[in-house]
Amino acid sequence: MSDTAAPEARPRGLRLPAALSASTPVFVLLGVLLIVLAFVDIGFYEPDRLLAFIRRAAPLIILAAGQYFVMVSGGFDLSVGSVVTVGVVVAAELFNIAPDMPWPLAVVILLAAGMVVGLVNGLVSTVLAVPSFITTLGMMLILQGAVFFWTQGAPRGYLSDGYRTLGRGMVPGLPWLPWAVVVLAVVALAAVLFMRSDTGRTLVATGDNDAAAALSGVRVHRLRVLAFVLSGLAAAMAAVLVGGFTGISAQAGNGMEFEAITAVVLGGVALGGGRGSVVAAMAGALSLQTLFTLLTMLGVSGALESAVQGVIVIAAVALGAVSWSRRRRVPHPTKERR
Amino acid sequence: MRVRTRSTLTIMSAAALLVLGACTSEVPADTDAGTETTGADAAADSEFFVQSDYEAQMALREAAPEGPEDRPWEQMIDPEMVDTSEYQQEGPYNLCFSNAGLFNSWRAVGWRTMQAEVDLHPEIENFTALDGQGQDDKQISDIGSLAGQDCDALIVSPNTTATLTPAVEAACGEVPVIVFDRGVETDCPVTFISPIGGYAYGAAGAEFLRDEVEPGGSVLALRIAPGVDVLEHRWAAAEQVFEDSDLEIVGVQFTEDDPATAKNIVSDYIQRTGGLDGVWMDAGATSVAVTEAFEDAGMEIPPIVGEDQQDFLQAWRDKDLTAIAPGYPTFQWRTPVIAALRILNGEEVPREWRLPQPVVTEDNLDSYLQEGMPPQHYALCGCEDLPGFPEEWGG
Repeated sequence: MSDTAAPEARPRGLRLPAALSASTPVFVLLGVLLIVLAFVDIGFYEPDRLLAFIRRAAPLIILAAGQYFVMVSGGFDLSVGSVVTVGVVVAAELFNIAPDMPWPLAVVILLAAGMVVGLVNGLVSTVLAVPSFITTLGMMLILQGAVFFWTQGAPRGYLSDGYRTLGRGMVPGLPWLPWAVVVLAVVALAAVLFMRSDTGRTLVATGDNDAAAALSGVRVHRLRVLAFVLSGLAAAMAAVLVGGFTGISAQAGNGMEFEAITAVVLGGVALGGGRGSVVAAMAGALSLQTLFTLLTMLGVSGALESAVQGVIVIAAVALGAVSWSRRRRVPHPTKERR
Repeated sequence: MRVRTRSTLTIMSAAALLVLGACTSEVPADTDAGTETTGADAAADSEFFVQSDYEAQMALREAAPEGPEDRPWEQMIDPEMVDTSEYQQEGPYNLCFSNAGLFNSWRAVGWRTMQAEVDLHPEIENFTALDGQGQDDKQISDIGSLAGQDCDALIVSPNTTATLTPAVEAACGEVPVIVFDRGVETDCPVTFISPIGGYAYGAAGAEFLRDEVEPGGSVLALRIAPGVDVLEHRWAAAEQVFEDSDLEIVGVQFTEDDPATAKNIVSDYIQRTGGLDGVWMDAGATSVAVTEAFEDAGMEIPPIVGEDQQDFLQAWRDKDLTAIAPGYPTFQWRTPVIAALRILNGEEVPREWRLPQPVVTEDNLDSYLQEGMPPQHYALCGCEDLPGFPEEWGG
């Protein structure tokens, strides 16, 4: 709870950084990137192009929202990338086995499976007290191994056109509106509403100080399991969108867990939990995707691309951290009394 | 104090995540990578372009291969035969294989094909294969342990060229060694088996675009990753061709072999430049996603370079593409088994066993497209006559 120290304790007229909350840098970063993008390519802001861009960013933003729930409650979910990969491959196998399956059924199966993965992650890391970093690392390896064992490196089957609607298609009657944007809007709204609910608030409190939360009657384990289930659900949703967007690939989710965690960290969510907003986490994902696009447009590629990304991400997170520590270094009322 | 620790932790963790992320996105000598010659110095050449190798490969494309026409994995181009009588021995044989790993579908198809070839030969009593999982250190230890075992011949598909060289040299002293797919920097293996090479592959696609795209047209080049010799050769050859053409190369981008990345890049270029007149690629795993980027933008799909992957060939026919698919044939996985048996029989083999490198074109597309095969099957597998086809290959 110490991180949420009462702001009124601060002296007025403090230096500028104090005005920066932990999640401000990501919005500044996003703003700067969008402005630079406007200079590089003004056409980017044409509505259809912008919507196409958001369609592309949707899976990562949804993954970041799921990752946020786990991280803000004090854990990590390293398995989401492999859930995406497994989701894409399993969907293709489903259509290989049953070509006539209605595609919404395939989506429901995937979402349910994602929640089961999250449930297992949650139970192992709470009931068995295995650190979530280890649990989800193990899950990542298990899923990667399982998908490889099953497909022998070459997935079978094609994703049906119907199934690909959500990731690739447009809403009927509104030919300018991609389905993925609608899905993203629904997920984002649900995530915000959830975090404003009592459960959402207790999730943050749990990440901040689980002992205190437990003493005040919070069922810590149950909440953490819920966070993992939501993360698994988000990863499965991302798998549906990724598979729809690009089709079958045995490496669809490679590295996405790191992108999601980076996005959440960019959004000012403290590693260890207890601080940060889900909107900022999703803005972090959007910033990353904007950065990828900007680098492509500038013709930066290969090793330099990774390096530039690295510098920007560290700088943004450092900015958030510095402003935070300054705020904390302000003489504290209790210290003044000593 | 707690807060400062947390801030530091945040920064350090972000840095650690980036490093980890970088590790996962690093593609180790990814797809069908191979080195052109056993004694190749290309890896050491910072420009990755050796004029003489380039010219040699361009000439080999025109050379008529020796051997049975319907069995290209037994053919050889311009062979210089070596005597192997010192290795002659009676069967049955124990063959051993150290594989770089099974990290993509090209290798998966090849590995299946190799196992089926082994099953054809009753004189092979044991076939021991170890998977290096894409790690040099694991493969070095694999080669060491196989060479120490009761192997009559050792087949190696090296993970990387320079690092595996000492391990292969050490094994050469104990057992006849056959290297294929990617090379090593030593002449000690009895034979080195590979298709013509990266220059020939890259040039085939670039020449096609030069001929198909209107002069002045804009072409985007998509590559997997920098710094892998055979992929550098593919691009180096393409650059040579493009330099002498009227085409404008509007961008050279790396996809890490990820279809989503490829589709995003192409979408960005289409939107920024208002369209592309051609797409060159150094491998075809992402080519279907590239065609979809044009479809989603409501544009005609321009002339495009792909590979002999089933989903691309299917899209080629279904969408009536103007396309070409240079091949890096998976049938080369059959040849090392055949070579091992010839060596143990005391028969001559080529020092460098150069296999043909077929190119899928409009004219022969139908002969390579196979109904019912999985999307990531490779058509140039030379596996149709093998027992278990097509079920064992996912068909």
